[in-house]
Amino acid sequence: MEEILFYIVSACAIISAFFVVFSKSPMYSIISLIVTFFSISGLYIMLNAQFLSAVQIIVYSGAIMVLFLYVLMMLNLKQKDEPLKGSGFQILAVISGGLVFIGFIGALRGFQSIDLPVSPDSQIGLTKNLGYLLFSEYVLPFELAGILFLSALVGAVMIGKRDL
Amino acid sequence: MVNSLLQSIPIDYFIYLSTLLFCIGVTGVLVRRNAIIILGCVELMLNSVNLLLAAFSAYKGDADGQILVFFIMVVAAAEVAVGLAIITMLYRNTRSVDVSLFNRLKG
Repeated sequence: MEEILFYIVSACAIISAFFVVFSKSPMYSIISLIVTFFSISGLYIMLNAQFLSAVQIIVYSGAIMVLFLYVLMMLNLKQKDEPLKGSGFQILAVISGGLVFIGFIGALRGFQSIDLPVSPDSQIGLTKNLGYLLFSEYVLPFELAGILFLSALVGAVMIGKRDL
Repeated sequence: MVNSLLQSIPIDYFIYLSTLLFCIGVTGVLVRRNAIIILGCVELMLNSVNLLLAAFSAYKGDADGQILVFFIMVVAAAEVAVGLAIITMLYRNTRSVDVSLFNRLKG
């Protein structure tokens, strides 16, 4: 039962990822990307990482993808704005992507599922546990992430100003 | 349900799935010319790595990997904000988001 669910969700993720790459319209690409992110959120739930699943939906599918769609609509791209690359170049790009995949799989050939101490301590992914870790052991990177956000905000406003 | 999932699916499946998603992202960066879609494919690659980290973290029973996934998401959000601002500025100057026209950035 769980395996069938895993297969369905991962097939959904892979198919929509292919649509991201190969659909002609940029709008359909971004919407397929949202579907991929929801499937990955489902995989997080299967891994018992509830906090990551919620953050994936809120941050990725909510905030980042809305930003993508907003910019895409604001730019008002026409179909002619993306002349496709020559088909020779496209075929070469697909071949090289496949070669990267084959290289990774070949590197994994020697990997036997090392006996990870399967201790499915089902509490580790809960919000309570992760929040405790985040504010005790990882509090300095957390604050630095806040500074990073502030500088990204200032930088985006500076770049977006019309007359710089 | 969760424990039986972790026991019935070996971690190899998650490794192969995230490898495949990463390679689809690489192919997308190579194939497309639209700068916004290229940024989206970079997001796809980041997500596949996140999935792998979360899988290892869950199988090992160690929460540090999931904290790292959270920080990767934070950095990705900041990156998207700045990257889309840059793309908007380039569109305003060249009326296009075609990356092959951006070679005028040199020197």
